[in-house]
Amino acid sequence: MLALLRALWLILLHTFKKRVTVQYPERKAYVPPRWRGRIILSRDPDGGERCVACCLCAVACPVDCIALQATEDKTGRRYPETFRINFSRCIFCGYCEEACPTYAIQLTTDYEMGEYRRANLVYEKEDLLISGQGKYPGYNFYRVAGLEIGGKAKGEAENERPPVDVRGLLP
Amino acid sequence: MSTLQYLILIPGLIFVLMSVASGLIWLERRLLGIWQDRYGPNRVGPFGILQVLADILKVFTKEDWVPPFADKPVFIIAPAIIVVTVLITFAVVPFGPRAGLADLNIGLLFFLAMSSLGVYSVALAGWASDSKYSLLGGLRASAQMISYEVFMGLSLMGVVMLAGSFNLRTIVLAQKHMWNIVPQFLGFIIFMIAGIAETHRLPFDLPEAESELVAGFHSEYSGMKFGMFFLGEYFGITLISAMMTTLFLGGWFGPVLPPIVWFAVKTLAFICFFILLRATLPRPRYDQLMSFGWKAMFPLSLVNLLVTGGLILAGR
Amino acid sequence: MAIIFIDGKPYQAKDGVSLLDACLSLGFDVPYFCWHPALHSVGACRQCAVKVFKDEKDAKGKIVMSCMTPVADGMRLSIDDPEAIKFRASVIEWLMLNHPHDCPVCDEGGECHLQDMTLLAGHVYRRTTLKKRTHTNQDLGPFVNHEMNRCIQCYRCVRFYKDYAGGKDLDVFGCHDHVYFGRSRDGALESEFSGNLVEVCPTGVFTDKTFKKHYTRKWDLQAAPSVCVHCSLGCNTLPGERYGTLRRIRNRYNQSVNGYFLCDRGRYGYEFVNSKIRIRTASVKTNGAAPADEAAPELAISEIRKKLNGTHEGGIIGIGSPRASLESNYALRELVGAENFYHGVSDTVFNMMGEIVRIIKDGPVAAASLEDAREADAVLVLGEDVSNTAPMLALALRQASRNAPMVNLAKFKIPHWDDAAARNAIQNEKSPFFVASFTGTRLDGLSSEKPYRAAPDDVARLGFLIAHELAPESPGVPDASAEEKSLARRIAVALRNSKKPLIVCGTGPQSIHILRAAANAAWALKRAVPDARIAFSLPGCNSMGLALMDFPSGRPVSEALKRVQAGGAKAVIVIENELDESIGKEGAEEIMSLPCSVAIDFIATRTSQLAGVALPAASFAESQGTFVNNEARAQRFYMVMQPQNKNIHGVWRWIMEIKAALGTEKQCPEIDALTAELAKRMPQFAPIADRAYFPPPGFRIAGMKIPRQPHRYSGRTAMHTNIGMVEPKPPADTGSALSFSMEGFYDASKKQKIPSALLTHYWAPFWNSVQALNKFQSGTGGPLLGGESGKRLMEPSGSAPAYFTDIPEKQKKAPGPSGANNKGFFAVPLYHVFGSERLSMESQAVAGLCPEEGQPFIAASPRTLSALGLNKSDTMELEIGGAVFDFKTVADEEMAEGLAGVFVPKNANIAADLAGLYSKLPAWARFLVKTERKQ
Repeated sequence: MLALLRALWLILLHTFKKRVTVQYPERKAYVPPRWRGRIILSRDPDGGERCVACCLCAVACPVDCIALQATEDKTGRRYPETFRINFSRCIFCGYCEEACPTYAIQLTTDYEMGEYRRANLVYEKEDLLISGQGKYPGYNFYRVAGLEIGGKAKGEAENERPPVDVRGLLP
Repeated sequence: MSTLQYLILIPGLIFVLMSVASGLIWLERRLLGIWQDRYGPNRVGPFGILQVLADILKVFTKEDWVPPFADKPVFIIAPAIIVVTVLITFAVVPFGPRAGLADLNIGLLFFLAMSSLGVYSVALAGWASDSKYSLLGGLRASAQMISYEVFMGLSLMGVVMLAGSFNLRTIVLAQKHMWNIVPQFLGFIIFMIAGIAETHRLPFDLPEAESELVAGFHSEYSGMKFGMFFLGEYFGITLISAMMTTLFLGGWFGPVLPPIVWFAVKTLAFICFFILLRATLPRPRYDQLMSFGWKAMFPLSLVNLLVTGGLILAGR
Repeated sequence: MAIIFIDGKPYQAKDGVSLLDACLSLGFDVPYFCWHPALHSVGACRQCAVKVFKDEKDAKGKIVMSCMTPVADGMRLSIDDPEAIKFRASVIEWLMLNHPHDCPVCDEGGECHLQDMTLLAGHVYRRTTLKKRTHTNQDLGPFVNHEMNRCIQCYRCVRFYKDYAGGKDLDVFGCHDHVYFGRSRDGALESEFSGNLVEVCPTGVFTDKTFKKHYTRKWDLQAAPSVCVHCSLGCNTLPGERYGTLRRIRNRYNQSVNGYFLCDRGRYGYEFVNSKIRIRTASVKTNGAAPADEAAPELAISEIRKKLNGTHEGGIIGIGSPRASLESNYALRELVGAENFYHGVSDTVFNMMGEIVRIIKDGPVAAASLEDAREADAVLVLGEDVSNTAPMLALALRQASRNAPMVNLAKFKIPHWDDAAARNAIQNEKSPFFVASFTGTRLDGLSSEKPYRAAPDDVARLGFLIAHELAPESPGVPDASAEEKSLARRIAVALRNSKKPLIVCGTGPQSIHILRAAANAAWALKRAVPDARIAFSLPGCNSMGLALMDFPSGRPVSEALKRVQAGGAKAVIVIENELDESIGKEGAEEIMSLPCSVAIDFIATRTSQLAGVALPAASFAESQGTFVNNEARAQRFYMVMQPQNKNIHGVWRWIMEIKAALGTEKQCPEIDALTAELAKRMPQFAPIADRAYFPPPGFRIAGMKIPRQPHRYSGRTAMHTNIGMVEPKPPADTGSALSFSMEGFYDASKKQKIPSALLTHYWAPFWNSVQALNKFQSGTGGPLLGGESGKRLMEPSGSAPAYFTDIPEKQKKAPGPSGANNKGFFAVPLYHVFGSERLSMESQAVAGLCPEEGQPFIAASPRTLSALGLNKSDTMELEIGGAVFDFKTVADEEMAEGLAGVFVPKNANIAADLAGLYSKLPAWARFLVKTERKQ
């Protein structure tokens, strides 16, 4: 009985406590850098597209809201011809970012994406591609990969020996 | 009073009660918010007061859906019953020395009779919905209301004995020197608990226990029919608070301020207390509720009756 | 059966197989690289190590390579032994030392045997800091992409390319970690089986170059079981679709037919499905005006109804097609009536097909499946240039050429699967293998003797001679030379001494005599060798189906022309056919100038351009149907994808629409109902109603359909949102038990077997690559667990043969005087694997490999040319069958003297009169005049 009254009293005292609610949008809450918000496609330090259209984000996506088509430039560098994310389906789980082998796809701290038309939530490649490196500066997949692309011949990647001369007789 | 006066007064009273009830929606959400360290609705209009308007607009424009499996006429009538019975009861409430619609000399009995009728609304709604959750909710409500009805009446007999009348106005006047809450403290507590149970407010909201029964007897209701259950509940809170004021807190009596204001202030305080109860207490189990009623409240009210009767006899 | 104990538990294994084979067959996951069920063991990669124990008491055991160890009864081994696991983990770590960080940009990624095996063998973290070895790549032509960095030196590529497929231009160079697999210099791979490198290579060294242009991961491809349309062999394929275009073709394993491999024409010829020459809307010519207007399907149908008004009874003739499905041909035949249905083939082909059906049906010798061909131990190729007309048959014959000497392996105690040792033991020994043809073929190298080069009739005479040698009651060849006789005798003896001889012929030389000679030889051989087989190469993917349709009372298209000329027809419906090729330009124009002419086809042809109404048909990938292959095996192909637009329907559906418009029949039955009706009405096709081989549309496993999409199919909620936010419901497929969805029944656990005819992809836990196939076979390389897909329609009757007695005369040396001109060649048809098939020529990659840059030419031996005062690369005018043609000359040492091979590529730019030339061959070509080279 007393406990009951005490509870009532304690609850009543909360009238004078500080509110925990943050009055969005007048005040913005703190968003950690690893917040899973709007998805972007980043660029490597040399300004090239990081995405190599490997489709791993698409297959990791539990709601299947990423669709892309790969293509190649003349030098054999692969990149996405189209890259579409349907944010009206996206659940911001971040699996795509986790699956991405090149740090191309990243979730950002932007969460203000409300739209009155669902079609406006479909982001094409030009809406997704930013000009910076995003959260992971410095990484360039093509500098590590063994594939030959424009500006990087065989054996010029990191940790590679120059190409073997097959016709050489030395052991 | 003339017929014309009634024609103005009755819609006037209904309008006031409607406003109070819908205002309570905002008040309850706001108070709950405050007691939970939040703000509650504060976006629509000043202090969010227009939230009420938004809610009303919403509930009116929602689809008024009658499930195909429901018993249609009963399904439609059920929400009306609770609103009607509670509103009728307000006729006997003495808001001030000269304010009030009817001055029945069996006012208290009328109140008890009407509040008992309210159980039909819940029982019929539960049955007409033809759904297991609704039916269970309806059954619980019936049992709960019938049980708590018993000592609700008994707990008031002390008040009646003190005033020597069933007329509510007479009861209020009898408290001119000492409010009933002092001699009838036990009766007051019992009546308050019974009142909460009668309006199936938290913590006694077992008929609509969300965690077990979805929404109990009104699971299948939507739109304004659902709105009427809601309205009925807030009318009920207002009524019980008004009755507690009338029966135990000396009705309109009070210094300085006009009597009607005193009445309103006391009623509002009780309403706020109800909300505080909701914010504090968890819901008991159903068997706990029943045994509490029959094994604790019922004997207590009998004791209260005996003691009061004994004291009055002794005092003669 | 031997009992072997794997990790303490007894299992049954086949005697004589390798341990690896046994373990995989039992469902164990033993990692491996160099072993391949068709290429067998070589022990190059050391990945399949297991531990073998001497006996029960032996706790130490020793590590062996399971692929090199034969199964022995009572053998005890451990796959899970910690030491074996550690050994395998270090092997894969070594193999991965130089493997580049390429997976995201590698086309093999997601279906990579190396990825699978790396995980299976437990290598997950790179420890070494050594620099990686790199290689430069080569341009290997339009089919195969080369990325040498990824190589793990398993030698599978050269073992397939050189040893299995007989290619000469891919080899291994260098030593130690410089080992390099490639050509001596850049250039297109010469073998027509180079595409198999893509599937054989366990990693991404060889990848599909055409697929690269519209790359999609394996898990994103919607696939359905299909049958190749590019020759008559009916190889099983798995075409894959994404975003509405056909992306690639992969092999679908069928033990009786193509096994593990496909030819490049079949693998890369798919692009016609996406090409610009597809008919995508109906077109109607109004008032005979030349330009056809685009028209809605309803308009086209109403136009047909208007024009056909009153002429339905007996007025419509239908021309069927050897490339249309059985159902389409049947629907047309039902619409117009059997007496108005004509086979859309030339007289020559029609007669040859009739003869082939008669030989298979009435004779005692069974038609050989490709499996039979692979198992043959003596081969006689009569006339047919198999490598160019039926490449996979040539590949099978190449395996047959090894079978006879393989018997000797027992002498050296070498198991047949110990590939390197076996090849060493055999050296250059070959099965008896004889080639008789008028031109050089790529099988000549296998020939036991110098290939016999002669005109088609002379080849036939050799066949008759062989038959006579084998069975004296078969007619002899009276004026045969002693040389021919002794050759025939040698061949006869070799064939008689074999166990599974095979005689190969076909419609290529367009000589009915060769077919008869081959039949005589096979029948004669049958008396001595019960397992003798005969194989035919036919012109189209459903030639056999069409030939069986009305056998023996069908009619070729020339009779349709006669009827049109006699005024006996007012309307014609042509399906999937280029009439020029069977009846010539004038004939085609005459038929198509009927008041109402309708062409239903999926590519624009000259015939469809002539037609009053052209209707857009669905290609093989967009429709369902049945093809009957060269051995009369009926095989079902299913819709891989929805047609690109709503105007496109299967041919049979269009015919149903026309039928409905004519008021003959209101309802359009489902394709399966049509198949069932066809099987019921025509007893020769009764087996195609056999539900065990062709599951019905109502077939379900655990209440579910079989999904066309793998369970990892991605992008469903985004791929259509550029068009609209409403995600469309997956299209319903009422015609088959397959669904256009990723939902449905799929299980690789061998418990619930998906019928082989419905298997849309191969996947099992740990096995993402095509090697997951072993989870679906009963024993590696064995038949699929889901039963056979496809069923043979005809088996030999076993009756005594009535030998053909019509023996052709010896080939004349000159065309015979015509005025002053008695100079010329005997023109015979030439074929090329890339160029002689119309549909595959729409693939840029295939067209690019067409000889002489896709220009028609005449090939003759330099001596034959110089006798007429010609050199190579000259141009000249020739008169064949009354028409004059311009030709470029090509010198071909291998052409028989006096003969000239005519090659006309089947591409869209070829003149109409040239397209019909083949129907007139073989014939004398009069040399008119040498012309100036056109620049």
